[in-house]
Amino acid sequence: MRFFMSKVVAVAAVVLLTGTMAIAAGVSDGVVKIGVLTDMSGVYSTLGGKGTQVGVEMAVKDFGGTVLGKPIQVIGADHQNKADIASAKAREWFDNEKVDMITGLLNSGCALAVQKLGGEKKRITMNTGAASTELTNKACTPYSIHYVYDTYALGKVTGQAVVQNGGKSWFFLTADYAFGHSLEENTTKFVKAGGGKILGSVRHPLSTADFSSYLLQAQSSGAQIIGLANAGGDTTNAIKQAREFGIDKKGQTLVGLLIFDTDIKSLGLSVAQGMQFTSGFYWDRDKATRDFAKRFYAIHKAMPTMDQAGAYSATMNYLKAIKAAGTDDPDVVMAKLKSMDISDFFAVNGKIRADGRMVHDMYLMEVKKPAESKGEWDLLKIVKTVSPADAFMPLSESTCSQVKK
Amino acid sequence: MELSFQTVMSQVMLGLNNGVFYAILSLGLAVIFGLLNIVNFAHGALYMLGAYVALLGFTSLGPLIGMPDFHLNYWAALIVAPLVVGAVGIVIEKTMLSRLYKFDHLYGLLLTFGLALIIQGVFTNFFNVSGDPYEAKPDVLSGAVNLGFMMFPKYRLWVIVISLLVCFGTWYVIERTKLGSFLRAGTENPELVKAFGVNVPLMITLTYGYGVALAAFAGVLAAPIYSVSPVMGSEMIITVFAVVVIGGMGSIMGSIVTGLLLGMVEGFTKVVYAPASSTVIFLIMVIVLLVKPAGLFGRES
Repeated sequence: MRFFMSKVVAVAAVVLLTGTMAIAAGVSDGVVKIGVLTDMSGVYSTLGGKGTQVGVEMAVKDFGGTVLGKPIQVIGADHQNKADIASAKAREWFDNEKVDMITGLLNSGCALAVQKLGGEKKRITMNTGAASTELTNKACTPYSIHYVYDTYALGKVTGQAVVQNGGKSWFFLTADYAFGHSLEENTTKFVKAGGGKILGSVRHPLSTADFSSYLLQAQSSGAQIIGLANAGGDTTNAIKQAREFGIDKKGQTLVGLLIFDTDIKSLGLSVAQGMQFTSGFYWDRDKATRDFAKRFYAIHKAMPTMDQAGAYSATMNYLKAIKAAGTDDPDVVMAKLKSMDISDFFAVNGKIRADGRMVHDMYLMEVKKPAESKGEWDLLKIVKTVSPADAFMPLSESTCSQVKK
Repeated sequence: MELSFQTVMSQVMLGLNNGVFYAILSLGLAVIFGLLNIVNFAHGALYMLGAYVALLGFTSLGPLIGMPDFHLNYWAALIVAPLVVGAVGIVIEKTMLSRLYKFDHLYGLLLTFGLALIIQGVFTNFFNVSGDPYEAKPDVLSGAVNLGFMMFPKYRLWVIVISLLVCFGTWYVIERTKLGSFLRAGTENPELVKAFGVNVPLMITLTYGYGVALAAFAGVLAAPIYSVSPVMGSEMIITVFAVVVIGGMGSIMGSIVTGLLLGMVEGFTKVVYAPASSTVIFLIMVIVLLVKPAGLFGRES
């Protein structure tokens, strides 16, 4: 401790002497603390929740539990999908708990609030859960990273694939908040670019149990494609009820724009079969993903979703960056993260751009037929691998203030 | 969307479909409040519990008792789930609620709210929050019937019919039979009813059991339509409380009629201006509270 203190004093002296920006060498306050702030109990808790914390804890363990000789700690909290709670918790973590990095952050509303606070407090946020493209555009900060996927990539990859297969006329069922709006807007762009047209849309409140009314409106629009710009329970309810009203039998196809493995499990393969959607990760892609998934399953009793696997990868790369930089100073670590290659079982061709967007290969997935499935979690196949350039918003279009133009 | 006769009628039917769920849940609340003076915040959680009894009975009960081919079918679940949940309710009433009658209403509310959070939390821990599929819908209720103005799923029609029967059956028993008159008298003057040789505490326990059994019944009805998920109750219960307030706390007929009406109002709002569909009921609640604070069917005391 005395040695550490003398080091701090020495550094402080140098800083005072040279008058440069204060960058402490080594690890500030003797510990690297990672906070997992996400939906632990609500509509998104199965696809994120404690599984996200499991991913982070696995990464810390695999890294060896210490970095630069200092311990790494993980803490978790439930933001209940409320931006004010997320923001208050993050403030407490930054101010009193000395949390260095926050990950998870499912729900765009919560993510935007915490990321903004991180920008003010100069702490890193590595968002693995939320989807809105606003996070890497006008809401971006020098300390924000958007790690797994976003509404642009979802809308582009799925939208283009569906239009190419002949789905030219669309009607949207959209969750009425930041995420849904963003997803509809981004998908619309690529449907139109591909020569398709939008016949209408209806906005429903988050957590709607009964979609029959909206489905009838979609049906009477005559659109070939009913695009679901929502997530989780909203998506599964809509698909299930469309089946009940026989909408799929009358030549209309439902397209879920954001689907997680857990949603497919909720629907069952017999209902979901043949559906295509975009994902940032699938556990059964290759040996490396399977190895990770098996270890994850042993702890969590479920296969990892893209959010949960992404949280592992984000944490691992954050720790690698600290080690390589020789400090946990957020400015230096961010510079390191943005300059290094992100490559592991999760991210292929990964790179963190100036706007904080981690671009990597995305996948167009298709739900297997019940006969093709060989096990409880054998749900999907990869139809197409999409390169970062073809999936994500080009940096030139980003309105993020960190992008030099 | 233009408001053709066909559109309006379809939405009214769908609204009625949601309305019967509101009705049957708010009826349970009204029965419990009327007799026990307890605002049963655990109602949503017990509705969810009913759906899970049906689901687990179908998927997991067989393997659990060493008979992998045994599945509790839908019809059996309609009986078993209310009985199981009713029994849970009786245990709750006997061990916890009965100790609170001498205190303010608020304590019962706090207790049941806490129970709701615990039950929901436990289920969230073990089950998929996005929901699990309940695939036990009987074949006879699959498919759709042509109502002239729309194709309506048979299952939903069944839900409307059976719910209305249960609701009005309950109303009849409470308002028109001797048993019902004991129940009502028990709320007014328990001492006097005791003097006639009626076991009032037992009556109260069974009433609570029946009220929550109604919630479980609604849960089984909902299982094939909505996802069976740990949060299905908490999403529903907020609206149902608004329905109860609008109808008038404790009014049996009020809760049924208001539930049906508000389901239809909500359905209609979904066509006219969808984003308001989750708020319209609360808007009505505000107006009713301003104009007639005891609710549409409530008695001013």
